[in-house]
Amino acid sequence: MTGKIDKNQIDYFKLRAGLGRMSRREFMGRMGALGVSAAMAGTFYAEAVQAAGPVKGGILKVGLQGGESTNSMDPALAASQVPYFNLNAAAETLVEVTPTGDLEMRVAEAVESSADAKTWMFKIRKGITFHNGKDLTPADVLATLERHSDENAKSGALGIMKGIESMKVDGDYVAVTLATANADLPYLMADYHLMIQPNGGKDAPADATFSGAYVLKSDEPGVRHVFERNPNYWDSANRGHVDQIEVLVINDPTARMAALQSGQVNLVNRVEPRTASLLARAPGVTVANAGGRGHYVFIMHCNTAPFDNNDLRLALKYAIDRQEMVDKILAGYGTIGNDIPINGAYPLFDDSIPQRAFDPDKAAFHYKKSGHDGTPIVLRTSDVAFPGAVDASQLFQQSASKAGIPLEIKREPGDGYWSEVWNKQPFSASYWGGRPVQDQMYSTAYYSGADWNDTRFFNDSFDSLLLAARAELDTTKRKGMYAEMARILHDEGGLICPMFNDFIDAHGPNVQGFVADPGGEMMSGIAGLKVWLTA
Amino acid sequence: MHPILKLVAQRVALGILLLWAASVLIFVGTQILPGDVAQSILGQAATPQSLANLRAELGLNEPPVARYFAWLGGVLTGDLGTSLTNGRDIATAMGGRLWNTLFLAFWTALIAVPTAILLGLVAVRYQGRWPDKLISGTTLATVSVPEFLLGYIAVFFLAVQYRVFPSISTVYDSMSLGEKLNAIALPIIVLTLTILGHMMRMTRAAILNVMQSAYIETAELKGLGGFAVIARHAFPNAIAPVINVVMLNLAYLVVGVVVVEVVFVYPGMGQYLVDHVAKRDVPVVQACGLVFAAVYIGMNLLADVMSILANPRLRHPK
Repeated sequence: MTGKIDKNQIDYFKLRAGLGRMSRREFMGRMGALGVSAAMAGTFYAEAVQAAGPVKGGILKVGLQGGESTNSMDPALAASQVPYFNLNAAAETLVEVTPTGDLEMRVAEAVESSADAKTWMFKIRKGITFHNGKDLTPADVLATLERHSDENAKSGALGIMKGIESMKVDGDYVAVTLATANADLPYLMADYHLMIQPNGGKDAPADATFSGAYVLKSDEPGVRHVFERNPNYWDSANRGHVDQIEVLVINDPTARMAALQSGQVNLVNRVEPRTASLLARAPGVTVANAGGRGHYVFIMHCNTAPFDNNDLRLALKYAIDRQEMVDKILAGYGTIGNDIPINGAYPLFDDSIPQRAFDPDKAAFHYKKSGHDGTPIVLRTSDVAFPGAVDASQLFQQSASKAGIPLEIKREPGDGYWSEVWNKQPFSASYWGGRPVQDQMYSTAYYSGADWNDTRFFNDSFDSLLLAARAELDTTKRKGMYAEMARILHDEGGLICPMFNDFIDAHGPNVQGFVADPGGEMMSGIAGLKVWLTA
Repeated sequence: MHPILKLVAQRVALGILLLWAASVLIFVGTQILPGDVAQSILGQAATPQSLANLRAELGLNEPPVARYFAWLGGVLTGDLGTSLTNGRDIATAMGGRLWNTLFLAFWTALIAVPTAILLGLVAVRYQGRWPDKLISGTTLATVSVPEFLLGYIAVFFLAVQYRVFPSISTVYDSMSLGEKLNAIALPIIVLTLTILGHMMRMTRAAILNVMQSAYIETAELKGLGGFAVIARHAFPNAIAPVINVVMLNLAYLVVGVVVVEVVFVYPGMGQYLVDHVAKRDVPVVQACGLVFAAVYIGMNLLADVMSILANPRLRHPK
């Protein structure tokens, strides 16, 4: 059987598989008969089916971590993974960010700005209807933005809306005027909280009436959510391939992986890095990972002794072994950090900033120079800070001891970690999910006036660069400004960023069209709309 | 009044008092947890302003004692309140979960209790011989293995390798009874293995105790076979401790199976409670706590009453 393999035959079967006239099992059998290895046959099949394009129909079963019986369909309150996936299935924002970092127009058909980047005009697409049959109008968009600007709505997008001075409907447009210029405003409108609702959801925020490709049919928070295809969806040619999406909340990682392997679900999120390579060996399972913007951090308060001394901060930055953390904590599913919250997943990232490496000699030098009295430095950590945070803290302790820096690890209870330890204690482990653009990440956590300035970083030149870059429409100049800010933070900030974690999803043999997206897990939330099923 | 009725009335009154004390304990317990509801709901996204707004909206600025009595009044009139975190009616939301928990507990008990008692009888019949040793050894082993590990072993072999039963036990209204039973097959197996040993060993020990009595010897002397003696003469006199341990295990099936619920993703009360504890949703936690306390107290009450009825010496106290 070896040697000559009949190419014409293979192509013929690929064609049949592509047309959906042959199941995967049958195809694999034929390929085996032709002497093609199973791995190669799997690749052929995927190629054939991908090339043929989406097929409509079927029930997509998704097993997700991050759902609680406390979840609601109010977009303002969404915070965990299941509401994120559900909202993306049923609802749409004005724009979306593509995997390559470009804008994709959704409810908005076009975006224009004034020359000073202060006034932005969103042209609202015509012919979109809500699930209740009513037309989506610019007034609905305006009402949505208004609701999320209201303190009482408790919206997760409130921080984004704060910079808006006034909003109004202008014909087919919604005009947004900012207090200070922001060249990134359209990207901010892609935030998943800002789903367009009838009258902005002011009447019934959680009734799940949206304009998206799927309609919520059954809603049991923390258990199961069922969606059916919206027959009136405006973009059904490109999105919404399966007839039904069934979301099962499976918070236990082992149960989730077992459900995928036993074929009970087609798609799962949050594969644990430790077990990802084992899962990938299971028959029919494909692990899809993407380097994202999320990162795991150790944060020091720059205004609290002993961390108010930049030499001590540098000593600790040199005393951490980033590659070891990526290998041991992320099992290789990630990339090393460089003590800035930005990486290549962001637009306008400058990759010429020198990579800081583990260097016990430099660490010892800066430690000595800081004049620290040698008492153990307390690092607070917890299992909830990020997966593997306690282990990572211990690795940090060991690498620091090589430089003669004593770290004392204080393990805090997960309960109350975010209210009692993070952003309160001077040195702790934490994580960031990342933001779509650099400005937003910096404004959220490194600007002097930010609520979540969790490193207590107060730097005037950094702040003024941030504000100047925000108003700058010339991308080359902006990139230069961001690079300068990154260098300031890299050398003086209170952030120790050892690693950026990958999003790791996995899917079964029948799922096609899954492309991992640096913007977030589950193809940035829209996997349910984009994938299709084959027999 | 008949002494039994009086005894039962006393027990019920005591049970209600105990339930009230439990509600106080639950309330105090939720008060001394670190963090507060508003902070937990908003999480990392909290700003001082939004925290203050949410606290005012949730009535968290009221004194705890006033909140407790307002809630107690609601419970007595059948109103468990609404969840702080998602605004749903607690009685409705919890009703479904409680039903699921009882559904799983019922089918597990239906299989586990007769099996345990039968195995206990067999073990006594062949006391000290290989069937006894096999039964004792196996059940002791399944009791000693943590239930989540049993669950994972069951999933690995019965769901992933051989695909006999589904690994996920999510049940919902539109399923038929057959589909539901198929879905919960694995948790039933695991829970049965978990509680079997306890009940089996108690049955065995209680009967063996009775087997030393003179009337058993008499029964044997009048020519009854080994199994008939055990079933007809020994078991009825050993039933009181067996009832107690069975009830204890049934109560466990309702209030203590959260780990199994998580492993098999079964939408029962345990998971519901844990979700809301994590969010400091005090009304839901209290309602769940109260239901759990009621089940426990109720089961023990039932065990007491049944032991009294089963025992002539207790039925006719001097």
